[in-house]
Amino acid sequence: MNNALNTIYDGLVRRNPTFVLVLGMCPTLGTTSSAFTGLSMGLATLLVLMCSNAAISVLKSLIPDKVRIPAYIVVIASFVTIVQMVMQAWMPGLYSALGIFIPLIVVNCILLGRAEAYASKNNVLLSICDGVGIGLGFTCALTLIGIVREVLGTGAVFGIQVYDSDFGALLFVLAPGAFIVLGLLIALFNRINVK
Amino acid sequence: MLAYLSIIFSAILVNNIVFTQFLGICPFVGVSKNLDSAFGMGMAVTFVMALATAVTWLLQHYVLLPFNLVYIQTIVFILVIAVLVQMLEIIMKKTSPSLYAALGVFLPLITTNCAVLGVAIIVAQKNFDFLYSVVYAVATALGFSLALILFAGIRTQLALSDVPRSMQGVPIALITAGILAMAFMVFSGIKL
Repeated sequence: MNNALNTIYDGLVRRNPTFVLVLGMCPTLGTTSSAFTGLSMGLATLLVLMCSNAAISVLKSLIPDKVRIPAYIVVIASFVTIVQMVMQAWMPGLYSALGIFIPLIVVNCILLGRAEAYASKNNVLLSICDGVGIGLGFTCALTLIGIVREVLGTGAVFGIQVYDSDFGALLFVLAPGAFIVLGLLIALFNRINVK
Repeated sequence: MLAYLSIIFSAILVNNIVFTQFLGICPFVGVSKNLDSAFGMGMAVTFVMALATAVTWLLQHYVLLPFNLVYIQTIVFILVIAVLVQMLEIIMKKTSPSLYAALGVFLPLITTNCAVLGVAIIVAQKNFDFLYSVVYAVATALGFSLALILFAGIRTQLALSDVPRSMQGVPIALITAGILAMAFMVFSGIKL
């Protein structure tokens, strides 16, 4: 049990996919114009990562070594398709807000990276924990970036107005703000980790 | 004709895939350390994106749509792109070693370049016709190359400057990219 918790903590802090490993940049920049979209994207990725890690861990002895990468991609793509269909059916508003980034979870290097580096070598329970840990790390990072951008850009957090939106700098909701906020947050993380 | 010119202009500058649509960021940050590899990557992406868009367009309109299989679009497209890249690598190695030497190292990286899959999906969603789709793919890839080469030029300069320790590497690169994205926002006022 301790081992499982440790794996989760590892993914959340020590090997945070966004701030430490700097993987999966496209959704990180593209879906964080508000805290809510960032959180949703993170949760969608968490769900796919957890399922794909579990499935690959179960199938690891059946998949021939030479075709493992295409096999992993098919497994991941299947779960992405499921998430895509579920969101389209029950959360159409959110689905159109996240747009193309939902099918693009397939090419998020975090998923293939975890399949190759972790799920193909460990048992099912640990693989699920790894998926949860890394997924939570990704979700927290996306939510944090979303909060910073939303607060600076529109003066709100999760749609709740903190200060008057007239004082918000629109730049942070637009494309340049995404790059700048992520850059500064990674620098901050570096600073904390070095100490 | 004018429609094609306007899509080329808008895909390269107004809706630049890196700076306004956030696709292909991984190679944009990863392969922009020097100008030569940026140029090679740009060309390889242009080649693969044009080919992948053409093939996925044909699949979408002659297989997925007639047989009502659009729900497996994501799986089919990513597999097609992976196979295409692999085949291209084998063919290039056999037929043109010089081209392979220039672009070969970038080919495996392209499978996970989300810009390639992204453009294939955008084209399918917007229902472009065949020629328009291919032109759009090439123009988008040229926009990607432009961004990559511009950024590589800046980064070679950046390597010589004294940057605070916690900002070194990716953070300062991202902030620079943010400023570059601001410059690209100039084009967003242009109506086509």
